[in-house]
Amino acid sequence: MTDDAPAPPHLAQLNVGTLRFPLGDPRMADFVALLDPVNALADATPGFVWRLVEEGADDATGLRPAGADVIVNLSVWESAEALWDFVYRSAHLDTMRRRREWFRRHVDAHAVLWWIPAGHVPTVEEALERLALLRGGGPSPRAFTFNSPYTADEAAEAAAIGRGGVGGVGGVGRPGLEGVGRTGLEEVS
Amino acid sequence: MDDIDAVASLRDPVRRRLYEFVAAQGREVGRNEAAEAAGVQRSLAAFHLDRLVEVGLLEVGSRRLTGRSGPGAGRPAKVYRRSAAERGVSVPPRDYRTAAALMAEAAEAAGLDREVQDAARRRGRALRGPGGSCGDLGGLAEVLAARGYDPVLEEAVGEADGVVGGRGDGEGDGEGHGEGHGGTGARERRAVLRMRNCPFHVVAELFPPLVCGMNLALLEGLVEGSDGVRVRMDPRPGWCCVVAETSKTKDR
Repeated sequence: MTDDAPAPPHLAQLNVGTLRFPLGDPRMADFVALLDPVNALADATPGFVWRLVEEGADDATGLRPAGADVIVNLSVWESAEALWDFVYRSAHLDTMRRRREWFRRHVDAHAVLWWIPAGHVPTVEEALERLALLRGGGPSPRAFTFNSPYTADEAAEAAAIGRGGVGGVGGVGRPGLEGVGRTGLEEVS
Repeated sequence: MDDIDAVASLRDPVRRRLYEFVAAQGREVGRNEAAEAAGVQRSLAAFHLDRLVEVGLLEVGSRRLTGRSGPGAGRPAKVYRRSAAERGVSVPPRDYRTAAALMAEAAEAAGLDREVQDAARRRGRALRGPGGSCGDLGGLAEVLAARGYDPVLEEAVGEADGVVGGRGDGEGDGEGHGEGHGGTGARERRAVLRMRNCPFHVVAELFPPLVCGMNLALLEGLVEGSDGVRVRMDPRPGWCCVVAETSKTKDR
């Protein structure tokens, strides 16, 4: 817009997964073995910005802010395309293919996306708030999914109008197959 | 432009050859190259290529073709690639896409990944040839081509001389093709079949783990009983999520 345009916004994502068995259980061994290589793959993916890591650990699986058997995955990306290519177009997809071996099915949404200013580090509280927003009111410019996406511009507009409570924005920028699909990221970190 | 007009425009044999050539390259193609491949004059090729752009089957771009940039290189040439848009004609009208998307949505919500994979594996087995096998990688390529996957055979050179066998997720854990590893000093060459097209693209984009898992299971069922051929997931942007591969050792 202006000559002095701010850095483009980043995309934050949270997904939660309810473990079928404790991480130490042999039935979770394959999943646990994949954590390091898949996290390393994420870190090396073009467009990756940041991911939540427990202090003194390699990942966030020890943090349980959403329940004792619920692991969370919180990360930041430069663009929706970068995140999509990592989640669905890399070796990460092969872990998602096996998600039912390791995770319980969620009745509610278990993954949420939202735009943040570049440089902002989202907190777990903020992330869970966005998930609650998605669960409570469906996709909106403040909390959305890959199948019901919003652009950063739409999010900024909605914020300017007044904290997302305005109707009628929902139809903008959605891909085809209206009404089909409500899920985005799945629960494998 | 209606789908039926787009599809009907392929009735011209020259136009169809041009379209199939461009689609098969998986990259941008210049007019000269396309004309040569189709065996027609450049001006005729240009006419048909632009017509294919008009009906939405190809997309046009412009760039300096590699190798032709010297000093005083002229203006960028027109280049063509296959359009990402889908064209489908069904007479009488049918809408399996919506049916598939709705069923996928329900399966996703119900967490039926494994049930879908089981069904796909059974279907894959049923699709095998009369001998219960697609044969080798070349035979599999024919089967996959017939099913719309646009397979491309690549020869990937494995590890450096003297290092035989693969690493964790590659070669080492595959059973059934161990006999080829004997030669020392041989360079491992592995033929890899990649697929340019995902026949389930629309639903795969909506529910990737569900549908890509289904696709892998389908192909697993298909290659069961094939000699030394296996499939695994190896997703890359713009390609089918699955590759098929064999393993062989060649002297160099």
